[in-house]
Amino acid sequence: MIRPPFPTCFLQWGIPMRERTSGRTVGGFRNVFLQGPAVTLLLLWMLVPLGMTLWFSFQRYNLINPMISGFAGWDNYTYLLTDPALWTAMGNTLLLVGWVLAISVIGGTLLAVLFQQEFFGRGIARLLVIAPFFVMPTVGALVWKNMLMHPVNGVFAWLSDLLGLPVIDWFSSMPLTSIIIIVAWQWMPFALLILLTAIQSLDDDQVEAARMDGAGPLAIFWFITLPHLKRAISVVIMIEMIFLLTIFAEIFVTTSGGPGLASTNLAYFIYIRALLDFDVGGASAGGVIAIILANIVAIFLIRTVAKNLET
Amino acid sequence: MATLQLNNIVKDFGGTQVIKGVDLEVKDREFVVFVGPSGCGKSTLMRMIAGLESTTSGEIAIDGQRVNEVGPADRGLAMVFQSYALYPHMTVEDNMGFSLRLAKVPRAERREKVLAAARILQLEPLLDRKPRALSGGQRQRVAIGRAIVRNPSIFLFDEPLSNLDAALRVQMRIELARLHEELDATMIYVTHDQIEAMTMADKIVVLQDGVVEQIGSPMELYHHPRNRFVAGFIGSPKMNFLEVEVRGADAEGVDVALPGGDCRVPVAGDGVSAGDTLTLGIRPEHLVLDEAGPLTGRIQVIERLGGVTSLYLEHGDSEWILVADGNVAHRVHDEVRFTFDPACAHLFTADGLALAHLTRHPLADIDRKENRASSASDGR
Ligand SMILES: Nc1ncnc2c1ncn2[C@@H]1O[C@H](COP(=O)(O)OP(=O)(O)OP(=O)(O)O)[C@@H](O)[C@H]1O
Ligand SMILES: [Mg+2]
Repeated sequence: MIRPPFPTCFLQWGIPMRERTSGRTVGGFRNVFLQGPAVTLLLLWMLVPLGMTLWFSFQRYNLINPMISGFAGWDNYTYLLTDPALWTAMGNTLLLVGWVLAISVIGGTLLAVLFQQEFFGRGIARLLVIAPFFVMPTVGALVWKNMLMHPVNGVFAWLSDLLGLPVIDWFSSMPLTSIIIIVAWQWMPFALLILLTAIQSLDDDQVEAARMDGAGPLAIFWFITLPHLKRAISVVIMIEMIFLLTIFAEIFVTTSGGPGLASTNLAYFIYIRALLDFDVGGASAGGVIAIILANIVAIFLIRTVAKNLET
Repeated sequence: MATLQLNNIVKDFGGTQVIKGVDLEVKDREFVVFVGPSGCGKSTLMRMIAGLESTTSGEIAIDGQRVNEVGPADRGLAMVFQSYALYPHMTVEDNMGFSLRLAKVPRAERREKVLAAARILQLEPLLDRKPRALSGGQRQRVAIGRAIVRNPSIFLFDEPLSNLDAALRVQMRIELARLHEELDATMIYVTHDQIEAMTMADKIVVLQDGVVEQIGSPMELYHHPRNRFVAGFIGSPKMNFLEVEVRGADAEGVDVALPGGDCRVPVAGDGVSAGDTLTLGIRPEHLVLDEAGPLTGRIQVIERLGGVTSLYLEHGDSEWILVADGNVAHRVHDEVRFTFDPACAHLFTADGLALAHLTRHPLADIDRKENRASSASDGR
């Protein structure tokens, strides 16, 4: 019914003998038959919920009041789009996605370079730094909430107490920032994992040639390593983006979207509509808007990524 | 202008010695080739010269200055890698100009230098391409161009042509030789290819297991190998070896027993006495088919190359190779008789050292430059 915004443009049919801009030919007619079953299944899997969401979004459908029913026209949408809460939620979503992406990609890249170096205990260190990714989002968020960011018995409170600084009540004074920190902590290991494997495929000869050309560590990072990682970084951005647009558990267990709407993102907003207000029609409309938003982002993203992948 | 001296350099990789004390003197503008079996340490030695690998002990000096502690970029060397190691995301021009860009050379001057190098290598039409869109030979030329742009005093090449097909190798070989003359630079070159080594080198360094076996001009190594390893390694097909018994020896020669009668080899026989066992070495191209020859063999395999024919012979319990002219009509299983000129034969003692020839081969000291029309005319 309410489905996460998954970019539909991931689907691709095998078209007989296409030609890339570079002049290389790809694919063949046979693709259709080989990919057919999988693609059909995927289509059904996606289209049925999508169709239902679309259908409900044009219905008057409230779980509390079964008397309200029938075709609603664009009412659900106009009601939503004129609701300032939607725009707040959208802004929060973009802030959340943008910041987490920035932190995890930049941090992941730097960590990848660091963990590529030889040092004692590297294997253990790698394992530890990747561990947050395997912690369930709810558990991770609860640990942050109760053990780290708690204003009374959290580690941060204890630290600032130790240093004589005022104690910060993270979730009430900077709710969105706190959630960004938690989500970035979860996703940085993912970026690190992908980028570390990418960095390991960098040709040693290239680095040595650059050294002979007079490049220091910084120049090697900037001119050799970073361009080499470009592809992997675009893949990380793409995958993280898809998951970050639908962040829910972290918000649910920490701030519950509050105070007010300060940490409500689109997914959480839809949840408020559907399950707190019992307004299925309105929530479905929100879902459709989320799908559209995700697709707009994905189209831009996939374009740039595809361009990166080709060269 | 650059000379290079290696003084007893050693490389230790965590307990295993890979280079075991190498001494080498490279003169200005010399073309030195390192050859040796796979894993003997050629690349390691070259990387130590380049500064990419530290030196465990010993001294590396360029123009008389110790450079052990100098970084690779500041030694004034340029290296061309076997894998080309071009930067895949940069255009040919950026690849070639990368060192200048790092040195903060202004754009216009950079372009000028890159263009000059591109002109030498006929790369001008390709300057805007990415390495991906180049053929193997073109990539190789870009890699060489990148080295030229830095205007190094010494060029290092690690098997630069081994990824190219045979025809392109010949072409690049000639181009490299031309480049060597044009740039007046000192070059050090690692190769597996006998022909490259013999045709390009002023001086060949034969390495085995991290030890220098012999250093000399190509003709010197061919005609006067210092030991059995060098004799077997230089020359293709390989030299034939046979254990022989000494009948008599003096300073004027050594008499050895062959299956078809005795034979006097003109090498210094000091220290050898009758009854000793030596190894006779004779190159396939110095064996001659002869109905009255003292040696016999049964043909196992015939390789006809058109111009020459290689016969693989069963000779006693060893296999010998004989290179005859292209028109021999023999068939497999034929019994052939053959002979050789004793002056071309080599004798090795039990520990592998060669007995010195009494007369030096007339071409042993020939200068490589004398083989080229362009530089011969310089000496008018
Ligand atoms: N980093 C290293 N650690 C330990 N041993 C090494 C290392 N690099 C090279 N070796 C060893 O040093 C020896 C020489 O290697 P090197 O690459 O110099 O050989 P090579 O003569 O260039 O061989 P090839 O002709 O196959 O390129 C080899 O036995 C190799 O296993
Ligand atoms: Mg090598």
